[in-house]
Amino acid sequence: MSLTDAGAPERTAGNAPTDPGRQRRSRTERLLAVRELSLLIALGLLVLVTTLRNDRFLSGQSIKDLLLGCAILVILAVGQTLVIVTRNVDLSVGSILGLVAFATGSLFLSAPGTPWPVALVVGVALGALCGAVNGALIAVARVPALVITLGTLYAFRGVDYYWASGRQINAADMPPSFLRLGNQTVLGVPVLFVVALVVVAVVGFYLRSYRSGRELYAIGSEPAAARLSGIPVGRRVFAVFVASGALAGLAGVLYAARFGTLDAAAGTGLELQVVAAAVVGGVAIFGGSGSAYGAALGAVLLTTIGSSLAVLRIDPFWQQAVVGALILAAIGLDRLLALRVAARLRGRSAHGA
Amino acid sequence: MAHDSLYAAPTTAEAEPGAGRLAGLRGLVGSWDAVIVAALVVVVLVASLTVENFASGRNAQFLLLDLMPLALIALPMTLIVITGEIDLSVASMVGLCSTLMGQLWLSSGLSLELICVLVVLLGAVLGAVNGLFVTGFGLPSLAVTIGTLALYRGMSFVVLGDQAVADFPADWTAAVVRAIPGTSIPVVVVPLLLLAVVFGVVLHATAAGRALYAMGNNDQAATFTGVSVARTKFWLFVVSGAVCGLVGIFWTLRYASARGDNATGLELTVVTAVLLGGVSIFGGRGALLGVVAGVLLLGVLRNALQLADVDANALTIVTGSLLIASVVLPNAVADVRARLHRRRQRHAVAS
Repeated sequence: MSLTDAGAPERTAGNAPTDPGRQRRSRTERLLAVRELSLLIALGLLVLVTTLRNDRFLSGQSIKDLLLGCAILVILAVGQTLVIVTRNVDLSVGSILGLVAFATGSLFLSAPGTPWPVALVVGVALGALCGAVNGALIAVARVPALVITLGTLYAFRGVDYYWASGRQINAADMPPSFLRLGNQTVLGVPVLFVVALVVVAVVGFYLRSYRSGRELYAIGSEPAAARLSGIPVGRRVFAVFVASGALAGLAGVLYAARFGTLDAAAGTGLELQVVAAAVVGGVAIFGGSGSAYGAALGAVLLTTIGSSLAVLRIDPFWQQAVVGALILAAIGLDRLLALRVAARLRGRSAHGA
Repeated sequence: MAHDSLYAAPTTAEAEPGAGRLAGLRGLVGSWDAVIVAALVVVVLVASLTVENFASGRNAQFLLLDLMPLALIALPMTLIVITGEIDLSVASMVGLCSTLMGQLWLSSGLSLELICVLVVLLGAVLGAVNGLFVTGFGLPSLAVTIGTLALYRGMSFVVLGDQAVADFPADWTAAVVRAIPGTSIPVVVVPLLLLAVVFGVVLHATAAGRALYAMGNNDQAATFTGVSVARTKFWLFVVSGAVCGLVGIFWTLRYASARGDNATGLELTVVTAVLLGGVSIFGGRGALLGVVAGVLLLGVLRNALQLADVDANALTIVTGSLLIASVVLPNAVADVRARLHRRRQRHAVAS
């Protein structure tokens, strides 16, 4: 598994030696690749234990529910990865999702004949617009994205409430073809999950193999150095927020298709779950390291914990506590790994000198 | 903070030589504290004149009671943000303290006085866990407190499930909403003011307070000047937890209900109020007066608009826009000023 990006060595190495031997690179890569592997192992163990307890956990329907349940979180977590890698954060995704979901419903309400692809495009465009607002404000204000997106978290949600003014949109208001999108399966796999997989694959490939994708890691590792080396930092960061907004818009449309019943509160509080999924998935909150695959696995793991707790007959109230403990464990583990890598590099430099 | 170096902190417009007489005035008007206080005064005046019932004593009482949790938590949050850290777990700590208070009252048979002391201590322990992760293990506070946000909220549901404890003695629940005799100011404002004064004095008039600014500007430099950065930050998180314990008690008694979802989402409002008050998210800048004014501005604006029949949920537009404006405007103003200054200099050179 060489899925991960080795953005971290530059950060952890500090004043480490300047002999970037191939050996060092492969070793850190191996170390970091453990993250996807350990996530998969954790996921496997969780599924195994749950299945031993109740073998219906691996039945077709149950798996379908699971995949359906995690698709939206996966898409959001991948979008968030793009942002966090550049040492920013987008807290407004939950509000963008809510706004777009309600907009989708309203579109069908006011123009009943709209084909669903049009709704999809409109939703993604609206999400991208919200993301562009974030990006533009960050560029103008030159303050951390945390502050701006905290502001737009409230602003977008407020617009949503103002627009909805207490109304609710029901499944009956939406065309059946659109609602089928939310429940249909292809070869037993929910369409929603297929969409999520495509998003993961595209973003994962982009981050790993495109020049501008690599530049995002450079920006997150050391913005000043990235600027000096000629990377258009401002433009990249703006683009990243537009992408995150567009993906949140996509998630909003899918949310509408899946749940059918919409009010202005859709997706409230989702932003912290999304950040949690990314962090559990090994995306360093300091930027510069992490992969879309890891974040997606993190989202799947968080969702699976929820449903397996129910199967294990553990009080569902434990779910959030477990998620919290998992976040702490994940960042603790990252820190430990980083320290070990740094110590090893130091040791080698002393040896070599 | 994780997001410190992507965008350089806004450069304050360089002092213009020869503006002598105006410099003092501009310094006064230019300070963010003054802007927020002025905005607060304007909003209160406009609201009293145009919104019915706003200026009534009863409304003032409810306004202040509603503001209590926000104002209390904003005090330690200000100090934490000034050191360059953040504590997003505050609302979850309030929730957990509230449910534990309910559970203790329900099943332990202890006196309520003792329970209150225990709850504050417990809040301090919760804060100490945050502090340990941040300073002991060297993890980013943003990530740690997002984790404990989920952890503590989850635990508060574990303690009471979806039940609520409501049978607190009536004299206690009445006590927290009682007004000072002869006025409409709630009694609980007095301890709030005392705490605010203590925090203000510590921050602005002691060496320890100045050290917080030093840490926010540069951790390493602060260490070299002999400040124990880790220990100070640890205790700030402990204080934040203890204050959340107090707020948990207040919340429980005011609404006579200990529930797992008490104070959900309050953390973002607190951060908004602190940033609105002029504290820099980069750390190293800000004053307590501005934060108090920011909290009041947020509360008064919401209250007035609610009285004017604006949907409470749509009011979040106001909260968000205020926050954005508070960070965008000073920068825009500084930009324009710098540009004007450059142009004037060019003119001077040309002539």
